[in-house]
Order: sequence, then structure tokens, then C-alpha cells
Amino acid sequence: MTLSAIAQPRPVHGLSGASGGQAPPREASPVLPGLLEVEGLTLQYKTPNHLVTATYRVDCAVHEQDRYVILGPSGCGKSTMLKAVGGFMTPEEGHIRLRGREVVGPGPDRMMVFQEFEQLMPWKTVLENVLFPMRIAGRFKGKDAMDRALSIIDKVKLTKFRDVYPHMLSGGMKMRVAIARAMAMEPDILLMDEPFAALDALTRRKMQDELLQLWEQVRFTLMFVTHSIEEAIIVGSRILVLSPHPGRVRAELDASQLGFDTVGTPAFGALSDKIHNLLFEHELGPQRQEEDAQA
Amino acid sequence: MSMATLGRSEGAMLARRPEFEIEPIDASGIGEVARPLSAMERIVNNEAVRKVAILIALAIVWELYARWLNNPLLFPSFAETVATFVADISSGTLIDRVATSMRSLIYGYGTGLALAAVLTTVAVSTRFGTDILNTLTAMFNPLPAIALLPLALIWFGLGIGSLIFVIVHSVLWAVSLNTLTGFRAVPEVLRMSGRNYGLKGLRYVIHILIPAGFPAILAGLKIGWAFAWRTLIAAELVFGVSSRSGGLGWYIFEARSELDTARVFSGLLAVILIGLFVESVIFRAIEKRTVQRWGMQH
Repeated sequence: MTLSAIAQPRPVHGLSGASGGQAPPREASPVLPGLLEVEGLTLQYKTPNHLVTATYRVDCAVHEQDRYVILGPSGCGKSTMLKAVGGFMTPEEGHIRLRGREVVGPGPDRMMVFQEFEQLMPWKTVLENVLFPMRIAGRFKGKDAMDRALSIIDKVKLTKFRDVYPHMLSGGMKMRVAIARAMAMEPDILLMDEPFAALDALTRRKMQDELLQLWEQVRFTLMFVTHSIEEAIIVGSRILVLSPHPGRVRAELDASQLGFDTVGTPAFGALSDKIHNLLFEHELGPQRQEEDAQA
Repeated sequence: MSMATLGRSEGAMLARRPEFEIEPIDASGIGEVARPLSAMERIVNNEAVRKVAILIALAIVWELYARWLNNPLLFPSFAETVATFVADISSGTLIDRVATSMRSLIYGYGTGLALAAVLTTVAVSTRFGTDILNTLTAMFNPLPAIALLPLALIWFGLGIGSLIFVIVHSVLWAVSLNTLTGFRAVPEVLRMSGRNYGLKGLRYVIHILIPAGFPAILAGLKIGWAFAWRTLIAAELVFGVSSRSGGLGWYIFEARSELDTARVFSGLLAVILIGLFVESVIFRAIEKRTVQRWGMQH
């Protein structure tokens, strides 16, 4: 694959109507090589009574330094998809490739950050929590690991709290530890599963801002799951919109120009409305008619 | 149901009230914002102080009752018991007996823990293992260890082998059951984090499951210890004559046959003191350094 192929702008599809057609229009050009490639991914899991299909034939590609957001209504399988990328689920159909290699199980090249605060080890201090994966995976050792841990803890502004146990931290601080811990490993891709959903609105906003600042400094590749349109536009540079149950690709949109400073601008509002329509077009139609009839 | 019936009267408007901004009022009138509690309040808040007070009260009641009863054969006084206790400790008899008991206890407890570790590791890694552990625990947990003593005597004869056998039985099931419960209670995200770092098998158990399930494991260790201690004393009361030096149970049994009631009491006192020491000193220290420090238990 030549450089020129990589440099080509990626298509923004899903907008050109085709609401009746199943697959979004594909470009004739060959699939661009992404850092992470998801191809025809169908995921199923079992509950005690049902076999649930979470996603159905999802294709997507995440490139280096993307802030790739997976957005969809609850139950669209976006978290399941992230877990599959993390290696915690085996695809029923399709492939997940990281740097061309098939993902077969969990590994430290794809560090995950979860929504729940319990992801931190309560028996380790902040510093030990950050050091732990580096030492376990044997990726960084001794002084190198310590230096990296201290530097990343400083980046997330927790230097004062580095010898404190997680139960003494606030929700936002715990999340920062989780992010620091994942980033210290320098994973190929950082996977975040609604990381700020359990935080209060003010803290959430601050954390989004800090995440973007970190990204400016380090330029890591991020795959981020959320159900908030606003968060998707602020955090994301690319947004994959999934349809409701089972999750299928509805659109892939560009949001690289939009962030905190553009909240409230017409462009932000327009993208937000567009995503809203893509997500809720089926639901809102009949409901609105009902309301009209009542009025 | 339309919105109008849910709301209040439709035409009513909220009255507009003026907004305002002021400096917070002066709070110096309340004095110090954080004031230290008085010495008395702090003493009463200290759990150890309260417990010692209860113990002293009990000792006084005991002493008074014994003097009123005035029958040392049935109920020796606190002073007599303590005198015998001190005398037997300084002569070395009691220490010898305790050492003998402790040796059996440590062998038994250690073996029980090792077996429990193997059993739960197998149980947590496979579903079949879980079924095995659950079935065995359901069968053997309700079976009092002392009920196995006759069988132990047939298999291992009079001696430390039988003691260890019954202690292992009393420790193993309680500890395994609690450990497995602790492992099961580990939050899913913590498990996933561990696997995310590439932890598998034994390393996963050691680095994630054991520390994460430690509150339940510690509870299991405590229950196991209490069972083991009781079983040991009971078993020694039944036999313990065989070996050259008997244990603490044998000390009590011997005193009873000599109608030396103060010595029986002194033996019981030793049983209680050791039990208290292990629970409120050793286990308490472990708790403080682990689960409480980690905020997993308050």
C-alpha cells in the first residue's frame, strides 16, 4: 500500500440517503489500511434465555491518532464491540485486525478504560496502580517504568495523590488514574467504554477537556464509546453511528474540526441534529404523529 | 392522559422575584470551625478502653460471686484462678501444654489452608471444579469435625495425625467456601482489567482474585481459625494422653480428674486468652494493614 493511498481522504458515507438499502455505498477504491480494521463483525452473546445479536456485519477502520467514537442508542452493541476489540469476545463472524494481526484475546497492546470506578485495584496506591500493568506485562521495567509512571501521573495532575489508595479519591480522580494507567503502557490503541458516564456533569466536562489536552500532547489513538451526541462531537474526530439493535453501521462522520470551542456554533448544532436524526429517525416519526393527533 | 391534568392551573404564572448577590456573612461567631473533642469524649470513643472496662467488670462480678458461694471445688474465685494460672506458667507446665497444642494447630491449619488454596484455584478455573467444590462443601461443611474423631483414631491412631486430620477438616471447607465467595464477588471490570494486562492462570489468581477477594478470604481465615481452635481443644479432651506431653485440652482433662477446679478454670482461661489474642491482635493487625487500609472494609 502506497503512501498516497493512505493520504487519501476517507469517505464520509451514510449521508447520501439510501435509507432503504442495507449496506452504505462503498467506495470503489480498496479498503485503506487502518491501524485497527473491523470487517463484517457480527457479535453474539448468551443471556440465560436468549442468544442476543449485539452487532451485525459492522465494518470500520481506525487510523493512527484517530479519536474514533462509536455512538449509538443503548443496546446497539457498541460496548460489546469495544469488548470484542479488547479481545474479551470472539466474533461470530468477521475479523478484527490490529496492525494486520488478528485479535485473539485480551492484551496490553489494547488498554481498556471502563466506566466503573472498581477498575482500579483498591489494594494498590495510585502510583502502584499505574506501575502494575507495566511490570506485569514486562513492557517497561525498573526505573524506566517508574519514570514513565511519575511522568504520566504528573500529566493527569495527580502527583500530590500518588501514594493515596483509590478509595480516598473522587470519581474524576479515579478516572484520571485509570486513564493514566492505560496511557503509561503506550498501547497501540486506547479503548474507552463510556469512561465519563458515571461522573457528574461538571467533572465530565473537565475530563473531556483534559482528555483532549492529553491527546494534543501525546497523540495516541483512541476508540471511545458513548451514547451522548455532544460528547461524541467534542471528543471524537471520527464518529461511527450505529443503528439500534442489532448494531449496524449507519454512518461515519467527521468531527475533527469540532470541539469545545465550537459548542453552540451552527456547525456543531448541524452535526448534532444530523446525528440525532440518524439515530432516532425510526422512533420519532410515528411518535410525533401521535403528539400531533393529540394536539 | 393529557398534560393539562398533570400540571397545576394552566393560566398561573410564576411570580418574578428579584435576583441578588451578597458576600457570605461573617462566620467567626461560631469560633473554631473544627474543635478537638474533650479527653473524656475521646476515651469513651476508644473501643479498647470500653472493652477493658467490660472485662474488669466481669472479673469483679466473678470474684464477688465466688466469695459469696465459698465453694472452691465448684467455683474457684478469680484470684485463685489467676494464681494457679501464673504458677503453672512460671513452672512451665502450661507453656508446655500450649506449645504442644499450637504445634498441632499450626500443622493442621497450614495443611488446611494449602488444600483450600489448591481446591479453590481449581474451582475458579473450571466450571467442573466449581461443581466439585460446591458439592464437597455442601456435604462436609455441616459435619462437625469432632464427629470424625472416631474415624481419625481408626485411620491414624492416637497421636498428632488424628488431631491434624480433624483440624484440616474443620478448616478446609470454611476457608474454601469463603474464598470462592470472595472470588465470585470480584467486580467484572477488575477481572477484565487483569486479563487486559495479559494475566492468566495462577498469576491471575495471585495478582487479581486473591487481593480483590481478600475481605471474604480473611473472614474465611478467621472462621477457619475459630473452628480449628475449638476442634483441637475438644479433640485433646478426648485423647492426648498418648503422646508424652499432652496439649491444653489434656491439661484441663487432667485437672478435672484430680478435682483441681482452679486448674480447670486456669486452662479455660488460657483457651480464651489465646483465642482473644489471635482474633483481636493478629487478625486485627492483618485487617488494619489490608482491607481497612484499602477501603474495602470499614
